[in-house]
Amino acid sequence: MDIAAIAKELNLEIRSARDRLENIVTGGYTGDLLSDVMANSHAGDIWITRQVHQNIVAIATLKEHAGIILVNSCEPAKDTLERAKQENVPILVSRLGAFELTGKIYNLLAKDK
Amino acid sequence: MCAAENILEKHSFDIEGGNFSNAGTVSTKIKSILKQKNLPDDVVRRSAIVCYEAEINIVSYAKKGVISLTIRPNSVQIEADDEGPGIPNIELAMQQGYSTANQQIREMGFGAGMGLHNIKTYSDIFDISSEVDKGTFLKMTIHTQPAKD
Ligand SMILES: Nc1ncnc2c1ncn2[C@@H]1O[C@H](COP(=O)(O)OP(=O)(O)OP(=O)(O)O)[C@@H](O)[C@H]1O
Ligand SMILES: [Mg+2]
Repeated sequence: MDIAAIAKELNLEIRSARDRLENIVTGGYTGDLLSDVMANSHAGDIWITRQVHQNIVAIATLKEHAGIILVNSCEPAKDTLERAKQENVPILVSRLGAFELTGKIYNLLAKDK
Repeated sequence: MCAAENILEKHSFDIEGGNFSNAGTVSTKIKSILKQKNLPDDVVRRSAIVCYEAEINIVSYAKKGVISLTIRPNSVQIEADDEGPGIPNIELAMQQGYSTANQQIREMGFGAGMGLHNIKTYSDIFDISSEVDKGTFLKMTIHTQPAKD
């Protein structure tokens, strides 16, 4: 399942890297502690977080995440957005909280298998 | 044989303390160098984790530092050498959850007290030494081939 399909299904708003929405999502990780995400997430994951600082782009790049979804309508900081455009990392925004969004994406991925 | 003779490649990068807007760029460069070498995914992945944590600690706590990457036929070595406050109690600092990160650092999502622990977990060999008011030195070695063959 790609990011575009998840975005459509869950009404996510796209903030960067529209040309990367065909990135395939193979799993997900939810977390706001960056060293936890660094250690425990995987390449191909969609990363669900409420962190909006530009360090999230460096982490998503290093870990080769499919993209980042910000929860609770959090918007990326200005420099985060600039960096995400440079590095071509999709950042999306959801109105849902982390628990609900994670559950929905988990189910979508499970159904897709 | 002297280990230095085996060096295939060495790269060094300067890191500026306090500069969070550049944080992670050195790790990204090191990762792309390792990827080009066609090293196993797992080696690249673990190197990126340990390098990133060392880089962020320099940015978070030190004045400045240097991260160097040394590639040998059977290993990748990452060293992080900084000038800064040093770590008074290394055993304590290594414990998961221990952190002296200030509010600004925590607001960005750092300061869980997991970095050094992760470095230890993902390296095959990890050495740390530190002198208060001087700086901290980390050496991480990751084997690129199975140890026993
Ligand atoms: N290079 C360094 N110079 C000075 N002190 C350091 C350095 N690296 C780590 N420390 C000290 O050791 C503590 C633990 O470091 P560690 O990386 O494990 O966790 P953290 O940086 O606090 O949080 P996290 O890495 O999870 O974001 C730090 O809070 C700091 O007090
Ligand atoms: Mg740390």
